[in-house]
Amino acid sequence: MRVSVKKTYKLYIGGKFPRSESGITFEPSGAPGVNVAQASRKDLREAVVAARGALKGWSGRTGYNRGQILYRLAEIIETRANALIDEIRASSRKSQAAAEKEVEAAIDLVTWYAGLPDKLQQLLGAQNEVSGPFFNFSVVEPTGVICAVAPETSGLLGALAVSVPLIAGGNTVVLLLSEASPLVGLALGEALAVSDVPGGTLNLLAGHRVDLLPQMASHRDVDGLLLAGEPDSATGTAAADAVKRVRWAQLSERDWSRLDKLTSLHWVRPFIEVKTLWHPKAP
Amino acid sequence: MTPRTSQQKSAQNGQHPGGGADDRPQLVFGERWTYAPAPQSTDHVTLRERYDLFIDGAWAAPKGRRSFDTVNPATEATLARVAQGGQADVHKAVTAANRAQREVWGPMAPRDRARYLFRIARLIQERSRELACLESLDGGKPIRESRDVDVPLAAAHFFYHAGWADKLHLAFPGSKTAPVGVVGQIIPWNFPLLMAAWKIAPALACGNTVVLKPAETTPLTALHLAQIFEQAELPDGVVNIVTGDGRTGRCLVEHPDVDKVAFTGSTAVGQQIQRTLAGTGKDLTLELGGKAAHIIFDDAALDQAVEGIVKGIFFNQGHVCCAGSRLLVQESIHDELMRRLLTRIDRIRVGDPMDKNTDMGAINSGEQLQRIKTLVEAGEAEGCVLHQSSCRLPKKGFWFKPSVFTDVSLSNRIAREEIFGPVLSVMTFRTPDEAVEKANNTAYGLSAGIWTDKGARILWMAERMRAGVIWNNTFNRFDPASPFGGFKESGFGREGGRQGLQAYLRFHDDVLVQG
Repeated sequence: MRVSVKKTYKLYIGGKFPRSESGITFEPSGAPGVNVAQASRKDLREAVVAARGALKGWSGRTGYNRGQILYRLAEIIETRANALIDEIRASSRKSQAAAEKEVEAAIDLVTWYAGLPDKLQQLLGAQNEVSGPFFNFSVVEPTGVICAVAPETSGLLGALAVSVPLIAGGNTVVLLLSEASPLVGLALGEALAVSDVPGGTLNLLAGHRVDLLPQMASHRDVDGLLLAGEPDSATGTAAADAVKRVRWAQLSERDWSRLDKLTSLHWVRPFIEVKTLWHPKAP
Repeated sequence: MTPRTSQQKSAQNGQHPGGGADDRPQLVFGERWTYAPAPQSTDHVTLRERYDLFIDGAWAAPKGRRSFDTVNPATEATLARVAQGGQADVHKAVTAANRAQREVWGPMAPRDRARYLFRIARLIQERSRELACLESLDGGKPIRESRDVDVPLAAAHFFYHAGWADKLHLAFPGSKTAPVGVVGQIIPWNFPLLMAAWKIAPALACGNTVVLKPAETTPLTALHLAQIFEQAELPDGVVNIVTGDGRTGRCLVEHPDVDKVAFTGSTAVGQQIQRTLAGTGKDLTLELGGKAAHIIFDDAALDQAVEGIVKGIFFNQGHVCCAGSRLLVQESIHDELMRRLLTRIDRIRVGDPMDKNTDMGAINSGEQLQRIKTLVEAGEAEGCVLHQSSCRLPKKGFWFKPSVFTDVSLSNRIAREEIFGPVLSVMTFRTPDEAVEKANNTAYGLSAGIWTDKGARILWMAERMRAGVIWNNTFNRFDPASPFGGFKESGFGREGGRQGLQAYLRFHDDVLVQG
């Protein structure tokens, strides 16, 4: 029997794969026997710095360019489908068929959002008829750096569902993966690293929600939160200090695998700012 | 400028000309600074000797066995032999498109249609250099244009519309939409691949199937696009390419099972098509000719405006429906602007389209060259003053020098009729109101250009100009997200953007029928 080379599971921050600065690892409940880097609060702060650093470049790209990069991500996920299926099965009880379905749905989700960035202005912006000799139009811009927390179910699709809509809109994201099964999410980092997604656009952390969520909520340089689970007032209260835009994704386990629930403008709109411009008309 | 004066001859020796068109000291390199040849290699281009029709996913000879040559207009050499599609071939194509729409493409999940369109976009990107070479060889436009403008935009159109295929409910919220069915599309020779993309991409994204008739003089890139459809494994019959001349187009327009016609070309043919379809209730969109006003105010950034003017009329040899062919200059800057413009046109490099340094290529055909010459002769006969570049033209092929007419009045033929060549007609105005009036004094209404530093003036003018596309402090900009189309006799319907999808959909609550 062949002695295999075992994988070290590291975080994905700023386009690189560091271990936690704390040096601490944990064994996810879905994958006992595997030591995964446990993201500390300092790792979270570093990830926010990386996301902030990547924001100008990512949001400054044309919608067409962002769309092409997301499509490339879909290409890479498709190419690495078998590896991702293995990761899903290694840390969950999903069957081969169910894991295949999850990866296919992941590709479909990324492809749906790949076709969106070059249409956002037409869908969410407007030219407004005002009473006076003024040209008035509303453009949409990304909110900024968003912290997201993935659901515990659907380690791959859930992670993408709470992050891809945000980056399609031009935001950059720090994503905390499923606590019980982060392995496939971390493997997603490998796909991101080779698909022209600039480093820092989407950062991946594994660790404990109870440690990291309060810091996400209170971090002054985070502009929004997209959190899987039920609303909790402690998080919302902390987020109010910086007037963060906060949304909770309360879906059943079944709904987390339904593409029609996961692909819509409703996931994009809360993390978009509308900017309205006036200009006089005169000869 | 012609004729050459002694001052100009001495300028060729590196001395500054004292008078002539431009009084300012000039750098005249003459024969001392010639560009080294920079030929684009064509070894990788897989040109066939003969092309059949592409119908129902297969290549087949036309029933009538008739064919014709397609020629390189820069050399007059034959490139390939192409099929002349007859009525039976058109019928076969429409039948295939019908079956494919009802049984395969219409029922397909929108997400899967998107998938095919994304594939096609990526394949165009992969084979872009080959397509650019074919476009320049077949049509005469410089390789720099087909490489940097035509092909990338064609890929972008497919990518953009791929993203709409599964989002039509967002494009028209509150409306239930359905495909129209089989669309017959006829495209011109000035942007062959790009026009094919403008037509096919939205049609497919909305669930329709297509029979496309490329222009007679430029069939090659459409035929290679068919090869890309094969590589993308597009289901049989979804897109059919039937090459041929005007007769083939007529068969397509008249076929009873075509649900919608989309035409880009001359106003005269567009009117004919509208007459043919009158009373049939079939959908029609037309993108026809233009005689765009290019307006320069006295506060415009002059050098940039000159570049914009040059781009507006000499890009693609002036074979552009939205070309800025009527220059309206504010009187106070007319002389300065003309000095700079006439100097500038002498720098335009006219020659081999396959040389990467070439700015302007060959006229697309002998027929088009004759049309240009006829109108230019009329301009001179009517008393307008012709200025032409002093460039040398190749001996073989169809060529025309960059030309500018001054002393033009609104009633001259060259101010009213579309020349569709590298010929600019210059008039003046004094006030913004006068500019608007002169600009709108045409049956056309496709595009316009405005150069001024004052933003408020741009918006005020734009409000009053009867044109479907208005370029401000720029010109000839295209994007799949930007709706393009005309007012008045330049046609109706828009291509690109959310608005461009409308023509390819049936709305369940729309009770009106076209006629």
